[in-house]
Amino acid sequence: MQSGEGTSLRIVHHPRGRRLIVLMPLWLAGCDGPQSWLAPAGRGADTVAGLFWVVVPAAAVIWTVVIGLAVYAGAITPRPHSEKGASRLILWGGIVAPTATIFALMVVSLFLLRDVTGNSADLTLNARGEQWWWRLAYEDPQGRLVPVPNELRLPVGHEAEILLTANRVIHSFWAPTLGGKIDMIPGRENRMTLTPTTPGVYRGQCAEFCGEAHAQMAFPVVVMQPDAFDDWLAGQAQPARAPATEAARRGAELFLSEGCGACHTVRGTPASGEVGPDLTHVGSRLTIGAGVLETSREALIDWIAAPEVVKPGARMPGYAMLSEAELGYLADYLMGLE
Amino acid sequence: MTDAEANRADRPSPQDDPELRTAQEERLKAVWKEPTGWRYFSAVNNDIVGKWYTLGAFFFFAFAGVLALLMRTQLMFPDNDFLSMELYNQAFTMHGTMMMFLFAVPVFEAVSIMLLPELLGNRDLPFPRLSAFGFWCFIIGGVFVTGSIFFGAAPTGGWFMYPPLSSEPQQMGIGADIWLLGLSFIEIASIAAAVELIVGVLKSRPPGMRLNLMPLYCWYVLVVAGMILFAFPPLIAGDLLLEMERAFDWPFFDPERGGDPILWQHLFWIFGHPEVYIVFLPSIAIVATIVPTFARVPMVGHSWVVLSAVGTAFISFGLWVHHMFTTGLPNISLAFFSAASEAVAIPTGVQIFAFIATLLVGRVTYSVPMLYATGALAIFVAGGLTGVMVAMVPFDFQAHDSYFVVAHLHYTLIGGVLFPLLGGIIYWYPFMTDKLLSDRLGKWAFWLMFGGFNIAFLPMHLTGALGMPRRVWTYAEGLGWDELNMISTLGAYFIGAGFAVFAWDVLRPKGKQPYAPRNVWNAGTMEFSQLVPAEHWGARCVPVITTRYPLWQQEGFLKDLDEGRFYLNDAEEGKRETMVTSVLDADPMQVLRVPGPSYKPMGAAVFVGLLFILGTFGLYAAAVICGAVGGVVILWWLWTGTSPIPEKEMKHAGRGVHLPLYRAGSDSVGWWAMFITMIGDLTAFFGLVFAFFFFWTIHPDFPPPGADIPEFWLACLGIVLAGLAWLTVWRGQARHHSGSVRAARFGLPAASLLAAGAVAAFIESARRGGLVPTSHAFDATCWIIVLWLGLHFAAGVVMLLYCLAGSFTGKMTPRYDADFANVLLYWHFMLVTACITFALLGLFPLLTGDGP
Repeated sequence: MQSGEGTSLRIVHHPRGRRLIVLMPLWLAGCDGPQSWLAPAGRGADTVAGLFWVVVPAAAVIWTVVIGLAVYAGAITPRPHSEKGASRLILWGGIVAPTATIFALMVVSLFLLRDVTGNSADLTLNARGEQWWWRLAYEDPQGRLVPVPNELRLPVGHEAEILLTANRVIHSFWAPTLGGKIDMIPGRENRMTLTPTTPGVYRGQCAEFCGEAHAQMAFPVVVMQPDAFDDWLAGQAQPARAPATEAARRGAELFLSEGCGACHTVRGTPASGEVGPDLTHVGSRLTIGAGVLETSREALIDWIAAPEVVKPGARMPGYAMLSEAELGYLADYLMGLE
Repeated sequence: MTDAEANRADRPSPQDDPELRTAQEERLKAVWKEPTGWRYFSAVNNDIVGKWYTLGAFFFFAFAGVLALLMRTQLMFPDNDFLSMELYNQAFTMHGTMMMFLFAVPVFEAVSIMLLPELLGNRDLPFPRLSAFGFWCFIIGGVFVTGSIFFGAAPTGGWFMYPPLSSEPQQMGIGADIWLLGLSFIEIASIAAAVELIVGVLKSRPPGMRLNLMPLYCWYVLVVAGMILFAFPPLIAGDLLLEMERAFDWPFFDPERGGDPILWQHLFWIFGHPEVYIVFLPSIAIVATIVPTFARVPMVGHSWVVLSAVGTAFISFGLWVHHMFTTGLPNISLAFFSAASEAVAIPTGVQIFAFIATLLVGRVTYSVPMLYATGALAIFVAGGLTGVMVAMVPFDFQAHDSYFVVAHLHYTLIGGVLFPLLGGIIYWYPFMTDKLLSDRLGKWAFWLMFGGFNIAFLPMHLTGALGMPRRVWTYAEGLGWDELNMISTLGAYFIGAGFAVFAWDVLRPKGKQPYAPRNVWNAGTMEFSQLVPAEHWGARCVPVITTRYPLWQQEGFLKDLDEGRFYLNDAEEGKRETMVTSVLDADPMQVLRVPGPSYKPMGAAVFVGLLFILGTFGLYAAAVICGAVGGVVILWWLWTGTSPIPEKEMKHAGRGVHLPLYRAGSDSVGWWAMFITMIGDLTAFFGLVFAFFFFWTIHPDFPPPGADIPEFWLACLGIVLAGLAWLTVWRGQARHHSGSVRAARFGLPAASLLAAGAVAAFIESARRGGLVPTSHAFDATCWIIVLWLGLHFAAGVVMLLYCLAGSFTGKMTPRYDADFANVLLYWHFMLVTACITFALLGLFPLLTGDGP
């Protein structure tokens, strides 16, 4: 793997999270997670997490006061109060207090809204929602589009602009540890910015119901040091490596003879299909099936044999008719596409 | 009007004679008798229909609840395979759909139909057969939509049914058609019930009950029914567009042909957000009824509560975009709709604090309904507070479509709808069945549901914060969601157990249990004046109201009522009668004869239902035939059931007041029903107009450059003919009213011909202009507007011919011309529809430079 992080998806490097754990009571440790917006690793997510820790305790206080008052009034009050006093309660509790609170919240949230929408991006990438995977493509320094399906990698400390659209149905692009979500809508182009602040491996997922395999439309999110990111992107821009072993060579032949190239592109080979994800560097990606399986030889065999079992609804036909050996060759070939 | 007190004490009255009173009661009982045996299902009386309606709604609630338990079982473990992906997607779609369309809205209408006449001290609502029709539509449509899940054919697009996922037949099969057509049918029934309730509250209040003396529950009914009238039509318009795209490939939502999927989101949420308050306010109404009863004092801040309800209704129409914060809107729109969403907290706060204030002022007797009301408050306030959070745009960017929102909406709906409703069922159970529910079982059910609810949904906030999205049938382990989901599922089982206890208590046989005492809670409102066991007559007589809580504040009220010392204390002619009063001051205006048991509403519902059901399967010929038969049944029902010419002009209504038996024009309830219905109809038309202008705003040019546009001169001919048709109806009605039968016999057919010509001209205008509905959203929008106009004019012609038939058969005469006046009102609305059609098809392309 070229990420330089060497982490599995499940383990999250998260210095800020650790600091929180030290500072706050123990149960807050439960807020950590690769997809948690309370364990922020980006500017937008940080803003909202900060907001969360202000408004939730405040809401708890308001709830306690209102319900305490109701229980006192309904069950405890020793003698009836005057109607005048009660009317004053309606005025203060029902009008003045909520008006002041929501006015303050409005002002705050408008400033925060300005914060979370950046406009000084150093990096642009196109993201197109497919059923059910992510067609991502980076604009590299030479202005070429580098397709990197199903994996979001960003350099730490740099603002990235993501242009979002979709093919056929609506999806929503969401990497919670970095920031909020924006919908991907056919026929429209939406824009979002993400500014990662903490290197690590996280997870993102589709947030708008998009049909059968919506639940399994995810992607790994890798925040890298800028140098490592540049190297990685340059690598992704290269055409595919030639097969290095005999098994991989046979896999490459099978790949073409079984028609995989009708849907998938492997740059530098005759395979140039546009329906499914580009597989030029599939061996270097953390997952296959859009965040469903960690990449491995076995996972590739399972996936190719029966995508429908791994990810019900997946559009790729299964190749269970291939022999175990043939599936192995294909997997060897794909694992070699680093 | 003399004071009741004076009437009883100072003057001898025929009502002093117990034998006379018994005879009156016998006659009333005979007239209002419920049909027995297999004819039971022809009943139209509000108390029976209301009971069926309520039971039906709770049946769908239980069904949707079972679906929820199945989903929770699937989500108990990561990578679970208890439910398949297909079944899970059907289950979550049906859960939301049923809870919203088959439970929350219908149950409000059901309970209100059941309560209103008695709450108003009146005999029945003005249109009992309309209530029955609404009920049968609801049951037929509901069974059709829910039954689809047993055939694996249920919709899978979520209750929001977003296109293009729902609009492409390759993406979604017949389930989407079932959803669109089945629910449109139910929505029409909901609007029918709303019309009934609005007219009921406005026109069948008892004498003296001015608007400001009206019980709070009635205020909420008025507000909510009004909201239904404006909120459902945009959805019906959206359903129409989406089904036209699915069935005939008209590209309203296809971006490649000028459509836009976001249009649906606007139309859906213009309905969908008011919908939240449509289901929430009725439950607040229940709390507003329960709280004063148990506090033993009138509501503190009564006027503020009314104003807040009205204010909530208005604000609720201005915040639909908060469901669309992540669709990429400009920050300025986000800010506006965020502010509107926050603002709704204020009227809600007023209502909650008014309840607390009332409890503070009163001497509270605690009881099981109060327990439910308090639990409701505890849950709802938490949901309201998280609502304030998600109304903040940056917060929503994270929380939207995550389990945080699932938690939020269940806190608002279970706290804001279910718990008050269950409290209300316990409260009104003696009213409905003459028996009390068990306190012990009620408390068990409460604590199981309340505890279970918080176990299930409180952790869900965190599940969402840890990034779990909604509507996922499975999730991978190790994302921090495993334990939280396990806890939520266990909590859900407790909710299920609690509801089972509640349902058992409601349904268990109570044959040996003694009757509840009359007015068992010592309430101040009139529904508890009912005798135990109850009679079907609604009220022994129609009282005079001078206070908000007559059972508390009007001395001797029950005695006067029981002795028939108010209005309409008899049924001399053996006819069902109810009192109609004026809108503002409730001055007596008419003794309205209401129809008795009939199968016609059921028959009409069956055939109209078949129109939608057969349409779902693409059997359009059979569907149209059934629709036509349904239309004939409705005409037959109207012909035999409405505006019968009475045997005499005036009737003594009691206390020396003589009232007409027949009223026409704006004095009649039929005119009000037509007016209110047409407001809803026009709102649906505005949904289509909205689509037109929405396309105009998103496209740089609309119509697109070089597009075919409707023929201008034919559109002009269309509007001229439509105008003449309207003029003919208008003048014809006026001249007929002043005695000219010939005006009707010539005017009605002439207007029909002119109307047909107008429709033909508009159709030709679009056809000769070269508009092809499948080619572009502009063409499709023009055609849908013409189609709408054509169907409405066709219905208008049927009405004209109905009047013509009435004129020839003597059902309609210059003196008894309510039908004609109502049809004229319909044609006023048709003139507006035609003018807008002309403006869009004929004039609009001129403005964009592509005119003749």
